[in-house]
Amino acid sequence: MPVPEDRRYSREHEWALPEPDGLILVGITDFAQHELGDVVYVDLPRPGDRVTQNAQMGEVESVKAVSELFSPVSGEVAAVNEDVKNAPELLNESPHEKGWLIRVKPDDPAELDSLLDAAAYTALTE
Amino acid sequence: MTSTPDTPLREEAHNRRRLLMERSHPGRTGVTLPASDVPPQLIPEQAMLRDDLHLPEVTEGEVVRYFTHLSQLNFSIDTNFYPLGSCTMKYNPKLNEAVAATPGFALAHPAQPETQVQGCLEAVFRLQTYLQEVSGLPGASLAPLAGAQGELAGILTLRAALDARGEGRRRKMLIPDTAHGTNPASAAMAGFQVISVPSTSEGDIDLDAVRAEADEQLAGVMFTQPTTLGLFDRNAIEMCRIVHEAGGLVYGDGANMNALLGRAKLGHFGFDVVHMNLHKTFSTPHGGGGPGAGPICVTEALAPFLPGPIAVQREDGSYGSEMPTKSIGRCGGAQGNFGVLIRALTYISLLGGDGMLNISGNAVLNANYLLAKLRPLFELPYDRSVMHEVVFAARKRPGATALNVSKRLLDHGFHAPTMYFPLVVPEALMIEPTETESRETLDAFIETLERIDAEAAADEDFLRGAPYETPISRLDEARAARRPELRWRPSED
Repeated sequence: MPVPEDRRYSREHEWALPEPDGLILVGITDFAQHELGDVVYVDLPRPGDRVTQNAQMGEVESVKAVSELFSPVSGEVAAVNEDVKNAPELLNESPHEKGWLIRVKPDDPAELDSLLDAAAYTALTE
Repeated sequence: MTSTPDTPLREEAHNRRRLLMERSHPGRTGVTLPASDVPPQLIPEQAMLRDDLHLPEVTEGEVVRYFTHLSQLNFSIDTNFYPLGSCTMKYNPKLNEAVAATPGFALAHPAQPETQVQGCLEAVFRLQTYLQEVSGLPGASLAPLAGAQGELAGILTLRAALDARGEGRRRKMLIPDTAHGTNPASAAMAGFQVISVPSTSEGDIDLDAVRAEADEQLAGVMFTQPTTLGLFDRNAIEMCRIVHEAGGLVYGDGANMNALLGRAKLGHFGFDVVHMNLHKTFSTPHGGGGPGAGPICVTEALAPFLPGPIAVQREDGSYGSEMPTKSIGRCGGAQGNFGVLIRALTYISLLGGDGMLNISGNAVLNANYLLAKLRPLFELPYDRSVMHEVVFAARKRPGATALNVSKRLLDHGFHAPTMYFPLVVPEALMIEPTETESRETLDAFIETLERIDAEAAADEDFLRGAPYETPISRLDEARAARRPELRWRPSED
């Protein structure tokens, strides 16, 4: 399963991708979408909301179950992927790109260092 | 047109699936209205809600056949084995129905004076007494109208007790990661902050995690014994001690009481509040089959806060109905779901104390029989003997996922087990045979699962297409959830 090397990973199967403008893009991994099965509903925070590293930030519902989403970083939500709310299948089809969830203005970009790199995350899922 | 032998059958099946709207023919009618004896009145234009009203035009006979056929598609415990984990789909004795239909019970009105319904009140009082005995707790209220309402009522009772002793600041409610989803929902509805507690690798509650939260903010814990993994939690007594020492209270989810009847009382573990599902443990109808009942039993300290009314026996031997002194209030209009209470009372009276022992004994025996016979087919995430149900992980063969195995079971006339729950077990299949199934039924179920396993071994894709022989084939569940079409609409042409 693809694990892009350009980003960091949480043990809860979210990824965090630093962008050139200093914001951090957040989503769930390909492994996570595969385990969840067909996603049918996504509940996300709103722009302006606070998220905290390792704390719940939303929910994702698949045909199997409802699972919690955890934020890999702390900060303020700068943007939310409205496309995913309207077409949750994007999480299955393109978890690392079109299926991104939120864009966060981080309190402390160094928090990323506490996350796993691609190799460590791959080891976690094997 | 060439005809193959099965064409008429396929047409017949297609015709049977047609909706009532699709059977409509202009001018057909199922009723004969008498001639109008009042002058016609015109409805004012602005009072009209719509231009069209699509009602099916069908005869009485067509309507009867349509709904009779639909009813024949029902799956129920009266027709087939129903091993739906955590739901205790046991056989419901027909005597329950006969007693509940007795005119003295069925025709009683909740507003009748107590002197006219002494028998009804005595029945409620006796059931309270039996449930107190079963739970080992001295206070009982039969008011809650369903399991989830019993949970909420129990948690509100717990909260009222905390508030009354000036400890309303306690807001943390611990809930194990194996809990029924209703537990965190009930706690949140009652205003508590839900904190998830992990289980150990052997499936017991993690006592260190409980200790870490045991402080002055701790309101309590919501706990299921046996757990939803079908395991007897060996840390339950110690967990109750830790929570009590910190000043919290313990809520016991009695959904799995079938495993304990007559053998262990939740009150003796240290639970302060327990709810029971009469529609699981005590054989009243459930699963879309009727109203439930979720009585709660509590310690003496919590009894004044119980929801009401409560049946009481007065000094002169007569029966009455009273609200507890500091009651959290009512759950519904009258004496709970009275007809359901009568069915449960009948069941308990029919079986007696020895019968209670046989229920739990056979429920546990049957579950362990399935565990022993089915373990070659699945992974067993917690390798221990189980109580009344067993949770496997369907991960041995590609294609033989929990979903696909369950779908294929439908082809063989078995209800699917509970799937993908508890969440801590990937590809979970949660199987609860109950005590009312025979050895032959269990063996047929085992043989079917062995056959399904062989099918998956021979062809990885075969199960992905199941079911093949049910009236409706595999549904696109993702599309149904993403783009639901909830009503019939006339076709465009």
